Amino acid sequence: MTAQPSLVSDEFRLYRRLVAARIRSDWQYRTSFLLLMVSQSLIIVFELVALLFLIELVPQFGGWSRAQVVFLYAMATLPFSIGDVFISEVELLAYRYIRDGDFDVVLLRPTSALLQILALEFELRRAGKLLTPAIALAWSATNLDVDWTVGRIAALAVAVISGTAIYSGLWVIAGSIPFWAVASREATNAMTYGSQFANQYPLHIYPGWIRAIMGWALPLAFVAYVPAISLADAANPLDLPSWMAFTPPAVAVVIGLIARWVWRTGVAHYQSTGS
Amino acid sequence: MWSAVLRLLWEVGKRSFRRATTYRLATLSGAFVNTVFGYIRAAVLIYVAARSGGVVRGFTGQDLATFAFLSQGFIAIVGAFRGLDLPKRIRSGDIEVDLYRPADLQLWELANWLGESTLQVLLRGVPPVVLGALAFDLRWPDPAWHWLVFGLSVIAATMVGFAVRFCSNLVAFWLLDIRGIDQMVTISVTFFAGLILPINLFPAWLESVARALPFASMIQLPVEIFLGRYTGWEMAWILGQQVLWAVALLLAGRMILGSATRRLVVQGG
Repeated sequence: MTAQPSLVSDEFRLYRRLVAARIRSDWQYRTSFLLLMVSQSLIIVFELVALLFLIELVPQFGGWSRAQVVFLYAMATLPFSIGDVFISEVELLAYRYIRDGDFDVVLLRPTSALLQILALEFELRRAGKLLTPAIALAWSATNLDVDWTVGRIAALAVAVISGTAIYSGLWVIAGSIPFWAVASREATNAMTYGSQFANQYPLHIYPGWIRAIMGWALPLAFVAYVPAISLADAANPLDLPSWMAFTPPAVAVVIGLIARWVWRTGVAHYQSTGS
Repeated sequence: MWSAVLRLLWEVGKRSFRRATTYRLATLSGAFVNTVFGYIRAAVLIYVAARSGGVVRGFTGQDLATFAFLSQGFIAIVGAFRGLDLPKRIRSGDIEVDLYRPADLQLWELANWLGESTLQVLLRGVPPVVLGALAFDLRWPDPAWHWLVFGLSVIAATMVGFAVRFCSNLVAFWLLDIRGIDQMVTISVTFFAGLILPINLFPAWLESVARALPFASMIQLPVEIFLGRYTGWEMAWILGQQVLWAVALLLAGRMILGSATRRLVVQGG
């Protein structure tokens, strides 16, 4: 494309305006908006409730205290919900843009295709999903047997940001699959929702082959488990070295670069549907 | 009269089956997701059983692993997350055409539902269980005639799945946007049918609540039949419960449809 190169700041200004417009239009249907927001947050509440039931059956789940397990849940879910609000829109690529041919229109506009989809499909109601993990994080953090020094709080913030970046990268990678196979929408879900689901439980309770996938094939362990061990001072039966606590940001950068490459290759590979 | 009903179910169901075969790749990628979730849930549940001395609430690790994969296979068969076209057609007014057909609307929709479910048994029901059996030691119905009871139980479960969705989707006659209600139903199914956690792992009081709801008939009860939790009359009663829910909810659907069509005014006629 030989369109006028747009400045990054211009792109984000455009993104903000599109998102604001989207929010205004959603707000026209208040009842339905609020109902959907509540029902979407409920599913996450039920997930947490189910986890609490399991802890009730098996106290010291994975050798961790209740607060530690809930902290892990929050570390696995909060970054995911943030990604859900801002990045999950890429899932609609297959569903709406490629299948219906609307992606052509997106490509014609002189601004980032990804940012356009993220803005056009933005839905504020997804923000309802932030509530449960945020409460779980606040509750567990105050019930952990650790001192929340400035350093630890900063480390927590870094972990949440890195986790969000890792999930977002996975979302873009999984969301790019339709460039090659349009009808694979649900495979995307396995990578994204499956990741969040698997991350809720301490890694060491899984059999070795699942651990290998979560540690190496998809670097999910770096979202929640790795930072949680040091932040929550939790038992570490896998004997992960303590320097690993510093690796999530690096993993996030690598995933981000891979995601960028996959997306660009996908766009280059894109061929319009129809005649 | 019954032969006409069966004929309709067969003809419409057959076409719905065929239509569903168009989306093979999408369906297979769905089976992949179900299997991934099955692996994670099985691993977690096996851990829970092991930590509880091998048996938790009467279920062994093997039972629970089987539960994990089987319930994932059930999602597409009973249509836990499947919606009907109905709300869209009600909003656009196309429902009028449906009502003009010389066939009963509910039966028509049921035939579509069953046709698609039949295909889903093959594409999304069996694969998670087979792939699960490759990695975990699963439990199979024994003696062989339990397969037959299980088969009947699956059919009843699919009917309940349809009846629940049919009732909730008819709300579209009164409310323009039913996505919120649809989602509430989906969440209720997810939680109370045993998709997040088998409901026998709930605290006792909540387990009783869950067993009193129709959602248990969609997944929890047929899976328990598969696992051989019931024998003799008890088994007949569990199956009877499913059938009762199916009949009651189908009748409720008819009544709602009746009162909706009486007040229906289509514009431009």
